[in-house]
Amino acid sequence: MKAVVAVIGKDTVGILAKISAICAADNVNVMDVTQTIMQDMFAMTMLIDISKCTEEYSVLADKLKKAGEEMNLQVHVMHEDIFNSMHHV
Amino acid sequence: MVSTNDILETIKMIQEENLDIRTITMGISLLDCIDSDIDKACDKVYEKIMRAAENHVRTGEEIEKRYGIPIINKRISVTPIAMLAATAKGSPVKFAKALQKAAEGTGVNYIGGYSALVHKGFSAGDRELIESIPEALAETSNVCSSVNIGSTRAGINMDAVKLMGQIIVDSAKTTAKDHCFGAAKIVVFCNAVEDNPFMAGAFHGVGEPDTVINVGVSGPGVVRAALAKMPDANISEIAEVIKRTAFKITRMGQLVGTEASRALGVPFGIVDLSLAPTPAVGDSVAHILEEMGLESCGAYGTTAALALLNDAVKKGGVMASSHVGGLSGAFIPVSEDAGMIDAANCGSLCLEKLEAITAVCSVGLDMVVVPGDTPASVISGIIADEAAIGMVNSKTTAVRVIPAIGMKEGETLEFGGLFGSGPVMKVNRFDCAKFIDRGGRIPAPLQSLKN
Repeated sequence: MKAVVAVIGKDTVGILAKISAICAADNVNVMDVTQTIMQDMFAMTMLIDISKCTEEYSVLADKLKKAGEEMNLQVHVMHEDIFNSMHHV
Repeated sequence: MVSTNDILETIKMIQEENLDIRTITMGISLLDCIDSDIDKACDKVYEKIMRAAENHVRTGEEIEKRYGIPIINKRISVTPIAMLAATAKGSPVKFAKALQKAAEGTGVNYIGGYSALVHKGFSAGDRELIESIPEALAETSNVCSSVNIGSTRAGINMDAVKLMGQIIVDSAKTTAKDHCFGAAKIVVFCNAVEDNPFMAGAFHGVGEPDTVINVGVSGPGVVRAALAKMPDANISEIAEVIKRTAFKITRMGQLVGTEASRALGVPFGIVDLSLAPTPAVGDSVAHILEEMGLESCGAYGTTAALALLNDAVKKGGVMASSHVGGLSGAFIPVSEDAGMIDAANCGSLCLEKLEAITAVCSVGLDMVVVPGDTPASVISGIIADEAAIGMVNSKTTAVRVIPAIGMKEGETLEFGGLFGSGPVMKVNRFDCAKFIDRGGRIPAPLQSLKN
């Protein structure tokens, strides 16, 4: 099972490090990362494999969101299927 | 990898444009709960709903979390209770109380199906149930009621039209201290559908499976935002962009419905391709019409704009879902739509124009507040007109009007939450009582010789 982590907010030091550390701690593999900076706004999307995750999906999602809040960032964790079904025929 | 643009677009739709799944509604057949002893029947009803929908709310919440999509309501619809009341002698209000208990037990916010289908006439239980509606709605808080009084194939039951005018007034009166909310929980239909997931008109039709999952999507804000990006587009381009947007919204509904059905082990029924507004800023159908170029909803051009919107939503949505049903189209509830409320307040939207646009929207006169002293015969007249539009055009039409007891035109009745607030609208008070009192049936319209 794959999920997308989207991080949006003001760019700051250590965003990728912090998010990926949480993933690593729960045995979540980061499969792909894309990041762009639009003016001052930072947008990162990360594809993660949660099939071997040692935590419940909802606990992992809450951890990532909380880490985002601490850095004043919006973090969205959503199952990959939502994007595939909405944007592909 | 999914493209970043698609991800950010989806997040923007949910965060800023109020995209959500409006409801996951589980339809439950109560035909196996029929019993001649009303208390036994009520116990069976409660047990069956608790058994079937035990995990309904929890599953909805899990899906919400997994996909990051808000699922606003988890609801239940049941077999029209008049069918149970036909056998069980005693006050049908007992069934309403059993439904209320089941709503509280399962944690759903509404349960629909305190209903009767009387489009051709009353059978055993129908009249008793209809006459008990004001009491049932006053005694419960999460039970919704609907009555089908006409259809394209059967015509319009004018005896039922007369009765329902009085029932709506009585429902408002018995809940006068509670914002006349009883009347907001009752819908009078022509051509009612059996798989509608939306309240207050949801019931589980007899042609449906034992249990079923139906999903209602929303997203007027997403459509408006898409149109706002193309201020100079012509109408063909507008129709195209609405179709594309409706496709995306519906795909989300299809995904959620399929997942809920799998998790609950209940067959997936339909996605209702609706644009269902809420009073929240940016979640208005009226604002879509205004984005197309109307100064205010209700101006000339409104009917054409809504016809275009309604049709494009269906065209976009149909391909996105394996099974489409319910009411499917754009809802135009007055009190639940910030743009409609403004239009009614500023005088651009009157009841006559609303009636006209119901010919091209998904349902009908919805959440319209009328003065508290409106005679029952006038409300019956409104029901008859609306039913005639549905009957002749082979579409569902409905009336959900709320007589605001003690209030006059120009005042505002506050409901709060998703139900919003409704300005009391001007009603044509010329008498139609003689016509309504005649009773009988309006014959079914001709459906051939259309050349």
